[in-house]
Amino acid sequence: MKQHILPAIKLTLVCIVVFMVAYPLLIWIAAQAAPARGRGETVVSQNKTVGYRLEGQSFTRDNYFQGRPSAAGYNAAGSTGSNKGPSNPDYLKEVNARIDSFLAHNPGIERADIPSELVTASGSGLDPHISPQAAMVQVKRVAAYRHISEERLKQLVQQYTESPFLGVLGTSVVNVLPLNLALDQLK
Amino acid sequence: MNTEILGISITFILTLLLAIPLGRYIGKVYSEEKNWPDRFLAPLDRLFFKLSGIRPEKEMNWKQHLTALLTINLVWFLFSMFILMNMQWLPLNPDGNPGMSADLAFNTTISFVSNTNLQHYSGETGVSYLGQLVLMLFQFISAGAGMAVCAVVFHAMKERTTDKLGNFYNYFVKSCTRILLPLSIVLALLLVFNGTPMTFQGKSQFISLQGDTVNVSRGPAAAMVAIKQLGTNGGGFFGANSAHPLENPNYFTNMAECASIFLIPVAMVFAMGYVLKKRRLAWTIFGVMTIGCLLFLLPSVYYEMKGNPAITQMGINQQMGSMEGKEVRFGSAATAFWSVVTTVTSNGSVNGVHDSLTPLSGMMAMLGMMVNSFYGGVGVGFLNFYIFIIIAVFISGLMVGRTPEFLGKKIEAKEMKIAVIIALLHPLLILSATALSSHLYAHDPATYAGWLNNPGSHGFSAMLYEYTSSAANNGSNFASLGNNTPYWNITCGIVMLLSRFLPIIGPLAIAGILAKKKYIPQSAGTLKTDTGTFGIMVLAVIFIVAALSFFPALTLGPLAEFFGMK
Repeated sequence: MKQHILPAIKLTLVCIVVFMVAYPLLIWIAAQAAPARGRGETVVSQNKTVGYRLEGQSFTRDNYFQGRPSAAGYNAAGSTGSNKGPSNPDYLKEVNARIDSFLAHNPGIERADIPSELVTASGSGLDPHISPQAAMVQVKRVAAYRHISEERLKQLVQQYTESPFLGVLGTSVVNVLPLNLALDQLK
Repeated sequence: MNTEILGISITFILTLLLAIPLGRYIGKVYSEEKNWPDRFLAPLDRLFFKLSGIRPEKEMNWKQHLTALLTINLVWFLFSMFILMNMQWLPLNPDGNPGMSADLAFNTTISFVSNTNLQHYSGETGVSYLGQLVLMLFQFISAGAGMAVCAVVFHAMKERTTDKLGNFYNYFVKSCTRILLPLSIVLALLLVFNGTPMTFQGKSQFISLQGDTVNVSRGPAAAMVAIKQLGTNGGGFFGANSAHPLENPNYFTNMAECASIFLIPVAMVFAMGYVLKKRRLAWTIFGVMTIGCLLFLLPSVYYEMKGNPAITQMGINQQMGSMEGKEVRFGSAATAFWSVVTTVTSNGSVNGVHDSLTPLSGMMAMLGMMVNSFYGGVGVGFLNFYIFIIIAVFISGLMVGRTPEFLGKKIEAKEMKIAVIIALLHPLLILSATALSSHLYAHDPATYAGWLNNPGSHGFSAMLYEYTSSAANNGSNFASLGNNTPYWNITCGIVMLLSRFLPIIGPLAIAGILAKKKYIPQSAGTLKTDTGTFGIMVLAVIFIVAALSFFPALTLGPLAEFFGMK
């Protein structure tokens, strides 16, 4: 062991220099050429930062499209999922309550039309997206509150629907923040 | 075909296709043959050796390899403990996060030194940027150490008689500089340009459309995310790991991160084929691992896409599958795929919440870690598989009445004893630790009420999962478990420590002992180990060991939950 201790210490110091200093520095330098210089892309409206493009934020008002329930309360400095087991009775009660609340706020919508992602919490608590179906099911409510035609809103949702990667891989998504921003500008 | 299924199929196939040339490349690195990136990387290696006073050509026997490995790990342990407990006054702490308590620092240190990356802290609040960078350092060097031991075993398996098995530091440095570093740079760049932050600024603030003030955690994430995926580490920058939109911004990055989980573990098998010039053996092992992986993958994807039966009963639409704990941009298929890939290898990063997986998918994740050798961790995955090969050779030798031989070396009582001890150590550690915790909880549920935040059999599953993950050096968890307490920090720390080093020492000893034995050329009486029949035999041994040891515990956890939900 004695003959190994000195090389071990020296080797560790070299590793610190290369992997802990040089490598992150290299990526940091490259990041200066990346979108937002690697500081996180923000969404700006009327010269004010209103959010981060990739991070969901809380929408609770009926005149906005709402995102997914969040176990983190959309705290972007404390991401977390609910960690509820699929058979946990308290959790299932909570989901039921969310369904009832959704039905109360969205008259004319059937239970079978509610996509489950609108009543289940996301993995990060910061999911910025909902599915196109989850946006469409809210069109009726938003249209009523905003006095805009449902047709017009459906078009808007379609416009903000991002198709799967390369058109065929993965899911279609709608980023809720840009959609709501566009909604605010629609008049 | 459904776009979600297509997405995971393409990810799977592309990764396997990429692993073949990468395996060849790794094989050349360990055989000291020329590779094209040497032009840039060879001077870097020379710098390492010169500054640390190491002579890479000085060969070691297996015991010297072991001493070198354990000594350097001790140095790492002390360094990490010091940093993690003193982050509050050390630099690079713009968010003013506190240092860790001794028990949490012990757990975190063991966790990162042992390549486990179990996290009883949350990235946003539990560590400073300096802490993150130190943990990132361990993601390189703990992976490199595992790969180095694997390279030693490759050389020991050669058809010759020797006790000279190369130089540990040589394999270690080259694993880091020639394999992990270049791949990490590629992945980190890819992430940065897709939106993952790489900044040393602290939190920023904005006012949302609805008028809430929101703080946003950022940091030098991209560099760390890359190596945590590639080195089967799994310790994320943010609390939610790769479910976090900054850590894994879109479907493309998800494919790249997911592929990175098992790219090197698969490539190591082909690297072995290259070093030993035994391509058929490599393909047989690869076949067994892939079949094993698919056996976990298919049910998991099916059950996640089908949705949670309890929510189906509520009469709503589960067209996206079971979405609790999942992100819309990945969907349930890609999350189920990830959950299996990350557990069969010892990665442990997650892109969704494993606690919220439907019962059988949760069980598949646990089974992946219980077997822990379908691809497995970088380096150590092959070592675990090697143990199962030794046992399978012995059993099949007895069955057909031939002397058990593997690659021209006789397997005798001593090697078998080591192999069996190592194979049984894994269930022993998992089950006894789970039993102890269940005993404590059952006898005093009031005192330990903070432990289980899901009732019934799922609560038991959370404890079983925690120790399985610790023993498999995986690091994912059922996060409902209240695990940042001295009890969990210390017990998990001990389990991680024992199950990192004993399963490295065992195969290294076997390979070292076999290498010194007389080489017996193949004859008509030799049991062939590169055939389909032998592959099935290995698969059977794995399932018998795993099923017999773990089935009772799984019955109490995920199986009970599954049948309870019907």
